[in-house]
Amino acid sequence: MSNTGGTATKGLVEVEHFDLSYETLDGGVEAVRDVSIRVNPGEFVSIIGPSGCGKSTLLNAVAGFLKPTAGTVRVDREPVEGPSADRGMVFQQYSLFPWKTVRGNVEFGLKMKGRDKHSRELAARTLLGLAGLSQFENHYPDRLSGGMKQRVGIVRALATGPKVLLLDEPFGALDAQTRVIMQQILTNMWQRLKISVLFVTHDIDEAIFLSDRVYCMTARPGTIKAEIMVPLERPRQQAMMMSSEFLALRRGLMSLIREESLKAMGGEIGDGALQGLSIDLHGQSLADVI
Amino acid sequence: MERAVLKAQEAEPVDAGSVTEPVEATRATPAAPPRFARARRWLLLHRRDIGTLLLGAVSLLVFLAIWHFLTKYRVNIYVRFLNVPSPEQVIERAVRAFHDPKFAAHVVLSCRRILIGFMCAAVIAVPLGLLMGRFRLIRESIFPVTEVLRPIPAIAWVPMSIMLWPSNEESIVFITFLGSFFPILINTLHGMSLVDPVLVRASQCLGAREVAIFREVYFPATLPHIFTGLTVGMGVAWVSLIAAEMISGQFGIGYFTWEAYSLVQYSDIALGMICIGVLGLASSAMIRGVGRLVMPWTRA
Repeated sequence: MSNTGGTATKGLVEVEHFDLSYETLDGGVEAVRDVSIRVNPGEFVSIIGPSGCGKSTLLNAVAGFLKPTAGTVRVDREPVEGPSADRGMVFQQYSLFPWKTVRGNVEFGLKMKGRDKHSRELAARTLLGLAGLSQFENHYPDRLSGGMKQRVGIVRALATGPKVLLLDEPFGALDAQTRVIMQQILTNMWQRLKISVLFVTHDIDEAIFLSDRVYCMTARPGTIKAEIMVPLERPRQQAMMMSSEFLALRRGLMSLIREESLKAMGGEIGDGALQGLSIDLHGQSLADVI
Repeated sequence: MERAVLKAQEAEPVDAGSVTEPVEATRATPAAPPRFARARRWLLLHRRDIGTLLLGAVSLLVFLAIWHFLTKYRVNIYVRFLNVPSPEQVIERAVRAFHDPKFAAHVVLSCRRILIGFMCAAVIAVPLGLLMGRFRLIRESIFPVTEVLRPIPAIAWVPMSIMLWPSNEESIVFITFLGSFFPILINTLHGMSLVDPVLVRASQCLGAREVAIFREVYFPATLPHIFTGLTVGMGVAWVSLIAAEMISGQFGIGYFTWEAYSLVQYSDIALGMICIGVLGLASSAMIRGVGRLVMPWTRA
């Protein structure tokens, strides 16, 4: 399934019958209902769904930031009790420490592990080199571009040698060109390190291009609507995005997501709003009417 | 594939300034010798700063000139400049004062009071603010007390302070302490409330526990606000000190200024005022300097 040569043995993520609800003044809100997902060791799995479907909630539960109302979250058979360096996380807002240099950010996790200064420096430099960031090691984050910041974010999360890498729409704030490069860097790092990846996104192309498997979630309350295998061979090339195989997967996911997005939007703008798209203007163009 | 990736990374926009600079330099003045060209470029790049500096100097000179003429012609238009010393008189007095050990003693004593009062305030208010920001129970039990005491101006504490402390010296230091304490505390607390929770989560994902989160995230994230508090606190400390010295002091620059009025030495009033202004300016500049030193990431 995954193309890592079967050497990965750690990083099995199991989420079973996960429910999450919270109380508001208007009563209980069910955010996620009975979700079971699994990431095999060394596998790249994406979760895709309309905004507000609870995909980030799920990721945060695996990270250990919130407890499920019901159900279990386990990593390598151990129940998740709280955040730990076993599960590295990459955030959409980069979340680099502005008071640390690029290298200081990457060294942070190793410092927490009590590694001495010399070995920290060596590890950080190696990883930064892999990400093409060597010459920026002494820069502070606010001097970097978005793409560079997120590369630092990924490298920082990988530096502690986590079993699982969790990414929460990591490339959502980047422009299309940078995004493609970042995807390739991430794939490259993932294949070298042979770790499990759980990737949350709302970008269909991104999910297919990166993943071995894609979970598609429904609108709130979030449930798993479909699980899709991506049989494209690795290493993946940009050109594959034009292949009939890719396009077929894309069409399938598109219709799944569109249905759910409409449902999610329906709650916001009412059912009538979508009918408005087909109002008959009696042969006039819209510009004439306005 | 991999090489392509690396190449693409290098093409990313990096530091526009460092890339365009050499190109600009050769294009701007191709005929001029390189040294002259650099000097010209420096002037060109800093022309706004140079302008600011010149304008500032001119405005100060104009102020001095107005002062000079107001006192020279003893202007009396409801506001009376009859007894106001002229700038020349003040300068002359200042030159003498610089050689006068008694004047130096006043200045040194005031600075010492500020230093002790302000240091005590910083040493107590910063950790207290950090703890109050981090732990709800501490915050909610201490905050009401500080909110009740905070609006009382430090000067209003003068009689109470004289009763509380055995000597005059201690009561004046206490007034300075009170003046700077609340701005430092409130700003530290405010800074703590603004710490990005995602940064805290990021540190937890990297294996940080409570003490490390405090040291590596909360503290540095709050530092800019702490320094704002220190700057404001230093200003209020001077205000409080001068008031306290005028009311109950026997030494100090505030006492010097007030005494000059009683002794009809009008030049000394202006000298004392200018001296207070310069000391206040110097102490906030010092705090800013320390701030830049300990927060290199805020430097542009």
